[in-house]
Amino acid sequence: MVTKALAQTAAETAADVAAEHGEAMEGAHGVFPPFDPSTFLSQLIWLAVFFGLLYLLLSRVALPRVATILEERNDRIADDLAEAEKLKRESEEAVAAYEQALAEARAKAHGIAQEARDKAKAEADAERSKVEADLEGKLAEAEERITEVKEKALAEVDAIAKETTQAIVSSLSGESPNEGEIARAVSQAGGERRQA
Amino acid sequence: MRLGPETAEENEGQALASAAANADRVDPIHQFQVTNLVEFGQIGGSTFAFTNSALFMAITVTLIIGFMLMTTRGRGLVPGRLQSVTEMFYEFTANMLREAAGSEGMRFFPFVFALFSFILVANLLSMVPYFFTVTAHIVITGALALLVMSIVVGYGFAKHGFGFMKLFVPKDVPGPLVPMIVAIEFLSFLSRPVSLSIRLFANMLAGHITLKVFAGFILSLGAFGAVGWAGAVLPFLMVVAITALEILVSFLQAYVFAILTCMYLNDALHPSH
Repeated sequence: MVTKALAQTAAETAADVAAEHGEAMEGAHGVFPPFDPSTFLSQLIWLAVFFGLLYLLLSRVALPRVATILEERNDRIADDLAEAEKLKRESEEAVAAYEQALAEARAKAHGIAQEARDKAKAEADAERSKVEADLEGKLAEAEERITEVKEKALAEVDAIAKETTQAIVSSLSGESPNEGEIARAVSQAGGERRQA
Repeated sequence: MRLGPETAEENEGQALASAAANADRVDPIHQFQVTNLVEFGQIGGSTFAFTNSALFMAITVTLIIGFMLMTTRGRGLVPGRLQSVTEMFYEFTANMLREAAGSEGMRFFPFVFALFSFILVANLLSMVPYFFTVTAHIVITGALALLVMSIVVGYGFAKHGFGFMKLFVPKDVPGPLVPMIVAIEFLSFLSRPVSLSIRLFANMLAGHITLKVFAGFILSLGAFGAVGWAGAVLPFLMVVAITALEILVSFLQAYVFAILTCMYLNDALHPSH
């Protein structure tokens, strides 16, 4: 009995000491806390609960949301790039069409100018040929008149020569020569002259 | 026995003793104490309770999910500052997994993301004074490491059947060496969960103990009056430096745990080296 009481007292004292000393380490059974197996069960259960919850919320809610945001952004960027590409192609086509129209217009303008030049040239040619024909006609007419006048003059030359000869002969010889003789002599002289 | 101190020498001795007692009061281990906040009862001889550890796990999960949902609430096409934090963390984790385990590894993305974010936030949270360090408990890190390894082994066998065993036989090994190589590979495989869990646990534990010890020096030295105050500047600077270091370690250890998980998952996906 006595020993039992003593043992009890000893145990109480030990407990007191432990309680006093353990103020800073309440609940500890004198072991290093991370190696205290009495806390393992609670820690494991709560780890399972909270890590499981975290996994569930991440995989069902949070991560799909972030993935959607990133995907939408990538799609949008790809769309915008495609749109920009399309617009660029369109503007290039427009530039090409403009240049083609410009070239066509230039060719057309060239054609019109050529045509106008040709037309003007043709008109000028026609005018000139008409004027030339006119002039030639006048020239021919004038030449004809000259010839006529010349012939008339030449015809009168004989008469003048006859008269002159008669006058000279009469004044030299004092007698009026035969008209026939004179005409023969004049036409002979005129023929000699013509031959010379 | 004398009743009280009579000499100056003894006075000084007592001051020293009280300073020592002061220092004792700063118990660097106390911070790891798991306390029961709400007890639910006994399961198989152990008390099941909502503990401070559980509270901080809850805070960790709430912070992660809360932050991600809050920052992506606007679903902005052009992300704001906080939304880009979430997006960067997402893409960082995704790239890490894709580089280590290929695009097939992306089926484990939610798991790796959960692991990475849980450890990272728990580590960083523990840097706040008076906050509990969830990851400084071997039972937590061990459970996470075993979870990783059981997924690796389970998925490896489910996908490749017995072909998963090729993991232990590297290609182009000369015949006579095979038994020895297999033994070494098998041992190294078994040591993976051990090193994975102990690395994180030991880093967090040691870091926090070091912090507390140096902080304790400040108090002990402060008890010696003006000279002590001057002397306490040194451990104070140490505490500042170690705090910065521990924040780095928090990131680093979470990253190491996550990247090793990715590599182990790669083994499950592609067992032949």
